[in-house]
Amino acid sequence: MISEPFASGDSFLHRLDPRVRILAAAAYSFTVALSYRLPNLLAALVLALALVALARLPLNQVLPRLKVVLGFLLLLWLVLPWSYQGTTVARLGPLAVSREGLLLASQITLKSVAILLALIALLATMTTARLGHAMNQMRIPDKLVFLILITYRYIFVIEQEYQKLWRAARIRNFRPGTNLHTYRTYAYLIGMLFVRAAARAKRVHQAMKCRCFQGKFHTLEEFASGRREWLFAAVMLLLLTGMAVYELAPAAVHHLFTLACGSPK
Amino acid sequence: MSPSQQPPLIKLEKICFAYPGRPPVLRNLDLELRPGDKIGLAAPNGSGKTTLLHIIMGLLRPSSGRLEFFGRPAAEEEDFIAVRRRVGLLFQDADDQLFSPTVLDDVAFGPLNLGKSREEAREISLRTLSFLGLEDFADRVTFKLSGGEKRLVSLATVLAMEPEVLLLDEPTAGLDQRTKKMLIDIMQNLSQAYLLISHEFDFLAATADHIYTMEEGRILLDDELYIHQHQHAHRLGKQPHKHI
Ligand SMILES: Nc1ncnc2c1ncn2[C@@H]1O[C@H](COP(=O)(O)OP(=O)(O)O)[C@@H](O)[C@H]1O
Ligand SMILES: [Mg+2]
Repeated sequence: MISEPFASGDSFLHRLDPRVRILAAAAYSFTVALSYRLPNLLAALVLALALVALARLPLNQVLPRLKVVLGFLLLLWLVLPWSYQGTTVARLGPLAVSREGLLLASQITLKSVAILLALIALLATMTTARLGHAMNQMRIPDKLVFLILITYRYIFVIEQEYQKLWRAARIRNFRPGTNLHTYRTYAYLIGMLFVRAAARAKRVHQAMKCRCFQGKFHTLEEFASGRREWLFAAVMLLLLTGMAVYELAPAAVHHLFTLACGSPK
Repeated sequence: MSPSQQPPLIKLEKICFAYPGRPPVLRNLDLELRPGDKIGLAAPNGSGKTTLLHIIMGLLRPSSGRLEFFGRPAAEEEDFIAVRRRVGLLFQDADDQLFSPTVLDDVAFGPLNLGKSREEAREISLRTLSFLGLEDFADRVTFKLSGGEKRLVSLATVLAMEPEVLLLDEPTAGLDQRTKKMLIDIMQNLSQAYLLISHEFDFLAATADHIYTMEEGRILLDDELYIHQHQHAHRLGKQPHKHI
């Protein structure tokens, strides 16, 4: 069942206009996904942690959420360092660990952890309903907004229906094994689930029509942006632009730094 | 005009309907709902009650027959779009009706579709919720409501559209005694005419002025129903009830 543990709160980020948060999340994700330089990725991670702190989310609840990507990353670390061609930096028996492989694995790890943390801080701090309403007011197509809202609403109902079917099978002594009967039963179960979901969708649509729904989606919530939002957007824009410039022309940034801080030599 | 001179709110004439590849569900069905009518419909499962309500709402099209609302015929989707502004249907399964994430969103959905402003829609929704004693539910998440709560909120979503006629498909199914009692109180306070489907004799006795039934795809009015009622009475003989 869906719980939204981070959605309620009273931090700066919680109170920020959801539309600004959605835009910031999109801009951040793009920038980080397209960045490869390690200093940039480290900066991105620091920024993500800063956002988590700004949302006042307890780290001991946020970190377990990273489990989703951890399994995938582990696999990456097991495979990439020795399977990637490049300069050998170490040998583990017959396996040569390449510098490029290590670098790639670190990049992917930093990127995914940073993006996930930022999304938790920016998006998980609103309810799915809010997310939908905000997207609706950002002129994102109605169909997409509906998809999100309706999925959120009915995933639980569909799970219940699955449980019902599954119980019905078990009551009649169905025990899964590796045989044709098992596969066929699973196929029926899944087929039935689709049939029921489709029938449900039809009835929901009928109920919506009965309440004069004609394809246009209206929402009650209205969001307002003020100084806080502009400030947040400006800071994010500045940081992300900085990252983009460093990614494309690191020499220029080094040059700026030396100008600003004076030459270390 | 006196009520008897006003055109019927809903009038069905010789409605026939069959699902594809199945025997007919409705056969030359006639039905009339007049202003102030509070009609109960009790009939066995599968006799076509839900189908009938869906025909009235224009969700299903009859193969033959005529529908009239407020004195005007309805046949095309356009006609039914207008009808749905004035006739509200409570679905048999509340999960079909409540699709919004939160209660307030769901109740406001109808009024917003009717072109009300955000403020008006919010106001109407809150008023409807408090009429049903649900004022604390506005911000609740719909899928986390209990069965009885879902039913009452569904009713709120229909009432918020301020319909002139209500159709209720088994509103008492799965309700505990307390919620049922609440529903009876609500029904008795409604000003609208309604047609409600229920199997529960005590509920019908408390909320309906007439009890119809369905047989072989047609409606039987209560005067034709005498023998039926009597059988009913014997089955529930131990419970106190009225003979209608
Ligand atoms: N979508 C459908 N497709 C085919 N047959 C249906 C469908 N819905 C209902 N029926 C059949 O039509 C008959 C009447 O159903 P329904 O109107 O739901 O009855 P009731 O509401 O009185 O229990 C039943 O025999 C049922 O099996
Ligand atoms: Mg039914």
